[in-house]
Amino acid sequence: MATRHDTAAAPPAKEGGAAPAGPPVESPETIRKRARLSRRWQRDVRWSPYAFVSPFFLLFLAFGMFPLVYTAWASLHTVELTAPTDMEWAGLRNYTRIFDDEFYWNAAKNTFTIGIISTVPQLMMALGIAHLLNYKLRASTFYRVVMLAPYATSIVAASLVFVLLFGRDYGMINWFLGMFGVDNIDWQNDKWYAQFAVSSIVIWRWTGYNALIYLAAMQAIPQDLYESAALDGASRWKQFLHVTLPSLRPTILFTVVVSTIGASQLFAEPLMFDANKGASGGPQHQFQTLGLYMYEQGWVNQHLGRASAIAWTMFLILIVVGIINYVISRRLRASS
Amino acid sequence: MRAPTRSARRVVVLAAVASLGAGLLAGCADDGKDEDNTSSGSGGGKTKITLGLFGSFGFEEAGLYKEYEKLHPDIDIDQTVIERNENYYPPLVNHLTTNSGLQDIQGIEVGNIAEVVNNYSDKFLDLSKYGKESDYLPWKWQQGTAKSGSTIGLGTDVGPMAICYRKDLFEAAGLPTDREEVGKLWTGDWAKLVEAGKDYKAKAPKGTTFMDSPGGLFNAIIGSENERFYDSSGKVIYKTNPAVKKAFDLTAEAAEDGLVGNQTQFQPAWETTISNSKFAAMACPPWMLGYIESKSKPESAGKWDVAAPPKAANWGGSFLAVPKSGKNAKEAAKLAAWLTAPEQQAKLFSKRGSFPTAQAAYDLPLVKDAKNKMTGDAPIGQIYAPLAAELPVQVVGPKDQIIQQGLTDNGVILVTQGKSPKEAWENAVKTIDNNLEK
Repeated sequence: MATRHDTAAAPPAKEGGAAPAGPPVESPETIRKRARLSRRWQRDVRWSPYAFVSPFFLLFLAFGMFPLVYTAWASLHTVELTAPTDMEWAGLRNYTRIFDDEFYWNAAKNTFTIGIISTVPQLMMALGIAHLLNYKLRASTFYRVVMLAPYATSIVAASLVFVLLFGRDYGMINWFLGMFGVDNIDWQNDKWYAQFAVSSIVIWRWTGYNALIYLAAMQAIPQDLYESAALDGASRWKQFLHVTLPSLRPTILFTVVVSTIGASQLFAEPLMFDANKGASGGPQHQFQTLGLYMYEQGWVNQHLGRASAIAWTMFLILIVVGIINYVISRRLRASS
Repeated sequence: MRAPTRSARRVVVLAAVASLGAGLLAGCADDGKDEDNTSSGSGGGKTKITLGLFGSFGFEEAGLYKEYEKLHPDIDIDQTVIERNENYYPPLVNHLTTNSGLQDIQGIEVGNIAEVVNNYSDKFLDLSKYGKESDYLPWKWQQGTAKSGSTIGLGTDVGPMAICYRKDLFEAAGLPTDREEVGKLWTGDWAKLVEAGKDYKAKAPKGTTFMDSPGGLFNAIIGSENERFYDSSGKVIYKTNPAVKKAFDLTAEAAEDGLVGNQTQFQPAWETTISNSKFAAMACPPWMLGYIESKSKPESAGKWDVAAPPKAANWGGSFLAVPKSGKNAKEAAKLAAWLTAPEQQAKLFSKRGSFPTAQAAYDLPLVKDAKNKMTGDAPIGQIYAPLAAELPVQVVGPKDQIIQQGLTDNGVILVTQGKSPKEAWENAVKTIDNNLEK
């Protein structure tokens, strides 16, 4: 309580310092005034912090909490976007039908596979790039800015470019592969090719971002560790394995958590990858993610209740992912 | 002196927080009140009318806004355009249900008009006092009119469909090139069109297909039916309607025989097939001619022509509606009526190829004498007008778009990718049923 200046126990000394001057004579009015001021200060000290933090919480209530509660409520009803106030109680029906909704499970599977083939290479590449950038380089700032450029690019614009690159008949990638005698690949309509193409957009966008996070962590590793490792005759690769990696463990864990959450919410890339239909994720839903499926149900088909239920299952999945990550990170910390 | 300074600072901070908060709240509030809505307000004393549109209505490009502003110096027109209706319509529904964020005039696609008329007619102004019913094609007027008798949408255009074809490719494949003779190849039956496609394929220039896409062919065939996905009582019948199955099977047959390109319409790759002249024919309403022109290389000019379709069919056509909540609803209604009046529709047709929904426009010189560069100055006004008169009066259902997209983009397209027609149908039905189920 360093900010308290109103403690009645220590009235401010008068001119002349602490020399005894007898009890101060104060009129009842001054005393009342002081008491009033003191009360105001007390209230100020007690309540001001709440006032200062309140904007966030008020906004959170309006834009975070309310949608959450409303979504939960809507998920228990049959309700259409065309008439959102017109709700019909459905109980858990929106949830139970997910069990035999093959589109949902298809989307869940796609989210998982796209998540794996985008996150794993992405983080490994980011580590490698960060390691390279960590050496003394000329124009290292330039490389760092370049690394971050994809992250700063509009995802929609970038996806549209990727759609053109991955075009079946006139795409640049097929043209390039064609020089090696590879037949035109139908990137959009073949399941695995499509998922790979979507993942490549994700990888392109986030690798540099993760690399910079790794780089920041690497620069916090004391240089003498490397020096002593070098003195012991460890090669650069060995240094990477035995010095860099262990020191980066918490950072890697952090990026894994963030990327996992990002992957499970994957939306814009697959949406833009099918320029025409978007939300269905290809003619056979081969790259429809959970995020897309929720959007399709809610905004294309206008089934608000179903979409809300899907949103809540996604939320639950994220919580499970979070718990798993937490458990693993505790284990790791305990073992180190 | 500490206390006063502190509280002074506190006042400043609180004021800053408060004004920030107020700013945020104002940002969230309905923006219906932050502009003076009287004509004596800001903006040089002008009334601003905003239009929310999708795709390219082309009012601005055809100079209609400028003309109206000249006629009414106190009016200022502003439009926002979202390219695709799929991205335009869901927010529009949102704005309608919350009664906020609406423009003074909103465009509505024919595929959505039924849903809007059924669900939201009370949110729109009755335009029957502004537009003249006798000017318009009766069925088009009906589509924009609610059961209560309130006309909420004035038709901007209709899509009488013809078959556009490449004269040079037809000639190379040994087919006739004269538009009368070409039309006779398939009069009365879509199956004959597919037959002609087989003749084309037999001697076709390498790398080309007869038609552009399975979706386009299916859309053309189904566009000539009165009842498609809904019956007149509003029941979904797409699964049992023989006309739908027939159209699907015929398209699947064409796809299996390789007569249609493996493309989805309006995707970038499809547009490239236009500019690379990769197909010989396509179903095309007049507006498509403008589209072809915008995607073609200059040397394609004059190589196209327009022949009669097997049966009269409709593709597209939109409406203008005026939300009641608008600040300038009455002025907006006048503008909407003016934009859709016969004279303006004729101008729009001559500049942009949107075919008038006002039959009174068909005799105007701008329509009657219209010529088109891509088709070597074919008299497109005279070609399309009789087709427009024969258009089927379609039952439009609320989820037409979802069903049609399911049948094409999750259906017939699969046949071009090696699936059997049966698998394609099943995939389409599964998708549509899941999308329709509440």
